[in-house]
Amino acid sequence: MNYKEVTWKNKRQIGRMITMVENAVEGHEEVFEALYEKTGSAYVIGITGPPGAGKSSLTDILARSFISRDKNVGIIAIDPTSPFTGGSILGDRIRMNELSTDPRVFIRSMGSRGQLGGLSAATSSAVQILDAVGADIIIIETVGVGQSEVEIVKHADSILMVMVPGLGDDIQAMKAGIMEIGDIFVINKSDLPGANKTKIEVEAMLSFMPKKSWRPPVLLASATKEEGIEEVVDALESHRAFQEEDGLLFERRKRNLNELLFEILQDKLFRQVKKLEDYPLVLEELTEKTIDPYAAANQLFEKI
Amino acid sequence: MEKPIRVLVGKPGLDGHDRGAKVIARALRDAGMEVIYTGLRQTPEQIVQAAIQEDVDCVAVSILSGAHNTLLPKINQLLIDGDAADILFVAGGVIPEADIQFLKDNGVKAVFTPGTPTTVSIDFIKENVKR
Amino acid sequence: MYDDKKLDGLKDSLRDYEAKVEKSIARFPERKEVFYTGSKEKVDRLYTPLDLEEDDFNEKIGFPGSYPYTRGVQPNMYRGRLWTMRMYAGFATAEESNKRYKYLVEQGSSGLSVAFDLPTQIGYDSDHALSEGEVGKVGVAIDSLADMEILFDGIPLDKVSTSMTINAPAAVLLAMYIAVAEKQGVEASKLRGTIQNDILKEYIARGTYIFPTEPSMRLITDIFEYCSEEVPLWNTISISGYHIREAGSTAAQEVGFTLSDGIAYVEAALKAGLDVDTFGPRLSFFFNAHNDLLEEVAKYRAARRLWAKIMKERFGAKDPKSMMMKFHTQTGGSTLTAQQTENNIVRVTIQTLAAVLGGTQSLHTNSKDEALALPTEESVMTALRTQQIVAHESGVTNTVDPLAGSYYIEAKTSEIEEAAMEYIKRIDEIGGAAKAIDEGYIQREIMDAAYNYQKDVEDGEAIVVGVNKYQIEEETPQNLLRVDPIVGENQKKKLRALKESRDQAAVDKALLELKKVAQSDENIMPAILAAVKTYASLGEITDVLREVFGEYKQAVIV
Repeated sequence: MNYKEVTWKNKRQIGRMITMVENAVEGHEEVFEALYEKTGSAYVIGITGPPGAGKSSLTDILARSFISRDKNVGIIAIDPTSPFTGGSILGDRIRMNELSTDPRVFIRSMGSRGQLGGLSAATSSAVQILDAVGADIIIIETVGVGQSEVEIVKHADSILMVMVPGLGDDIQAMKAGIMEIGDIFVINKSDLPGANKTKIEVEAMLSFMPKKSWRPPVLLASATKEEGIEEVVDALESHRAFQEEDGLLFERRKRNLNELLFEILQDKLFRQVKKLEDYPLVLEELTEKTIDPYAAANQLFEKI
Repeated sequence: MEKPIRVLVGKPGLDGHDRGAKVIARALRDAGMEVIYTGLRQTPEQIVQAAIQEDVDCVAVSILSGAHNTLLPKINQLLIDGDAADILFVAGGVIPEADIQFLKDNGVKAVFTPGTPTTVSIDFIKENVKR
Repeated sequence: MYDDKKLDGLKDSLRDYEAKVEKSIARFPERKEVFYTGSKEKVDRLYTPLDLEEDDFNEKIGFPGSYPYTRGVQPNMYRGRLWTMRMYAGFATAEESNKRYKYLVEQGSSGLSVAFDLPTQIGYDSDHALSEGEVGKVGVAIDSLADMEILFDGIPLDKVSTSMTINAPAAVLLAMYIAVAEKQGVEASKLRGTIQNDILKEYIARGTYIFPTEPSMRLITDIFEYCSEEVPLWNTISISGYHIREAGSTAAQEVGFTLSDGIAYVEAALKAGLDVDTFGPRLSFFFNAHNDLLEEVAKYRAARRLWAKIMKERFGAKDPKSMMMKFHTQTGGSTLTAQQTENNIVRVTIQTLAAVLGGTQSLHTNSKDEALALPTEESVMTALRTQQIVAHESGVTNTVDPLAGSYYIEAKTSEIEEAAMEYIKRIDEIGGAAKAIDEGYIQREIMDAAYNYQKDVEDGEAIVVGVNKYQIEEETPQNLLRVDPIVGENQKKKLRALKESRDQAAVDKALLELKKVAQSDENIMPAILAAVKTYASLGEITDVLREVFGEYKQAVIV
């Protein structure tokens, strides 16, 4: 495969390249080498929120909206909640089935697994590929329940937090750290009773947070009834324009790349260390308490 | 950790009996595989596009409506057209013995009829996916 | 129900018995540590009056034909009239199905049951892209009134009762039936039969949904209202546990989830302003029959008792007919094996006994070859004969509810009733059946049971003869029914010809009117009936409704 020549049409090749990079298999570095200079033109949107908030439906309808503007849309649907057997069932595509045959769309599902560098690095790599081969918009969709999901959506340029009416207590319970990452808040299923109340609660919650130059809007929408969707798209565009104007987007991406670089370094270092002949020996000593963890690390580090 | 086997489990055609598809999806998961479940009423185009975008190792479809002789060869042809003929293609469901050879001639590598233990399907997939 | 003093004596005897058994078991262990029913509920070694200690006879068991109807809805049950032997059939084209119906009527089948193909069930015409390969496969293809006229040609609709397995587009098919009757000169008020019309279990287990929950419920209550005035003998819904069980539920789940669906329909009808006693008597149910004979009998009795209580106490029904649960039964398709298919005849016999001992109003028996393909005429006959042998030779029909009073049956009946009630409570807490389906609660419970059963079969915990024990090498079964692929092509041609010959202006006008009515809150039945009579196709009619109502999206529950 000549990676440089792969375009948006070559779904088979794109799929294969994502497999290579997300698993960091032999040859994945060449993929990056060939494609990295082509990245940077896609706008990346993260969609997160509690289970049952209708994230897949919202992703579906937003993707349709972008398609109608003749954009190529890449979607990465992540379900990080699989058990320890290593297996998982990923069902987010069900809500987007009709999209999957649209030539302007590419959908990829990811589950939690033991990738080196974790799901976050795998997501970031998949984003880079989709970006390089011609995506205009990339949507990362994941359940927002904890810190690891926050890490995943951090790769996005704009983050949509999706909520539903009647989650009162859940909003209180959501860690400030999770609420903080939202750039735009969407109260989905706005036809349900209590939508306005939830909106007010979220606004109140946001008012307690450290003031930033961007004030996250709180919007009402219904993905299934296709209401309020244009407003969400408009908000995304305002957020993008806002960030581009103030150089914030550049800063944000730099920060994200810094993290990616750090993850790759960590990964490489770990692989190197694990290859050392001394590694099992040092681990043994550590277990027997003849050596302390820092000394063990120093000893291994010097051998590289 | 080794890359897990990725399997698309879907239901082509219009029948809504998804017990078999869901049981096999769970069994594959418990065998350590990553299952992309695409649900009911899938056209051959949707199944093959999903298989390609997800870069699965295996496409496993369940069909009980009797439309297998029409739909499964179509899935096979679309896999070939999409440069994805290397993806293992298996089927399960109410499929008469007399149709199995026809389906095998049309790219279906194995047909699991009612009563097949999930372990048989799992082992077949493990042994026959191209890694 | 028993004398306290005598019960005390019994407790002593039971202790003696247990001591004796324990001793004997110490030397000769029982076959298993724990014994389970087919639904994996624990079964004790012995049941005695002590298990029924708390029961009040009249309140729990009572008399057939009287509240709470535990023992059956008629006072003399099968001594009066046998159940309706209703064989579900429908093949390929309307012509072929018509022939099969005439054959079944000649063979003594006392009611017709129409199976539609999947495109019809999902409201697609035979020429729709998604219909490819499906036309005429699992039932008859009906594209318009023209097909319906052929289907019932020569069958006097005032003489037969017809059950139609149709859900999402039930209103359209019922309208076609009324229109055919009209052409035969039969008034709608004379028509007898049932439409399945149970959308909730389609979302849960069967999959032939079209519209979202809200408009679907409106279609259903519109049918209730229309029929209570125009087609009063028609059973407007068959609230189905059959498919829930097929999807892998336990017996108690079958009762709990089905009755929860029933509650949702009653609530929707009440909300639409109907009186419980106008539609209550026209509600009917549909259950599965599995192999665990005694558990199944208890299941039907529990369902009847629970429904009577719900209608009386929860919904304040006054008419006893509203409290009587009438139900159709079908033997369990998922219990049939593709291996050693002759064994299926035996399974169906046990299941037939279960349904009859449980007091069913009608019964479909599956044919031995259905795990392989659609049944042949010969195997359908054996299945029908099975019912006739149970009816005329087994003797179980001579007395009413013969298993009543069995300590085990009565204990099990109460146990299933309680377990079902727990599910109903849980679903009420979630906010009703529709919401519980939306959230995936019901589907997840069923899937857990299905997966556990599969694991039990694979571990040999549950034995299925011929599948995981007593296997043999077998010849490929021959002589299976096949549907000629030409059927789809012919059906398409017929539809094209119809569209060219009908009065298109009348069709357009009727569809426009239908759209207006769909957008309003008027009863939709008259507009559908008018459209059907112009020979507007099923697909055209449902497309109008799709446009107004939108389409249902499946909840992702694996």
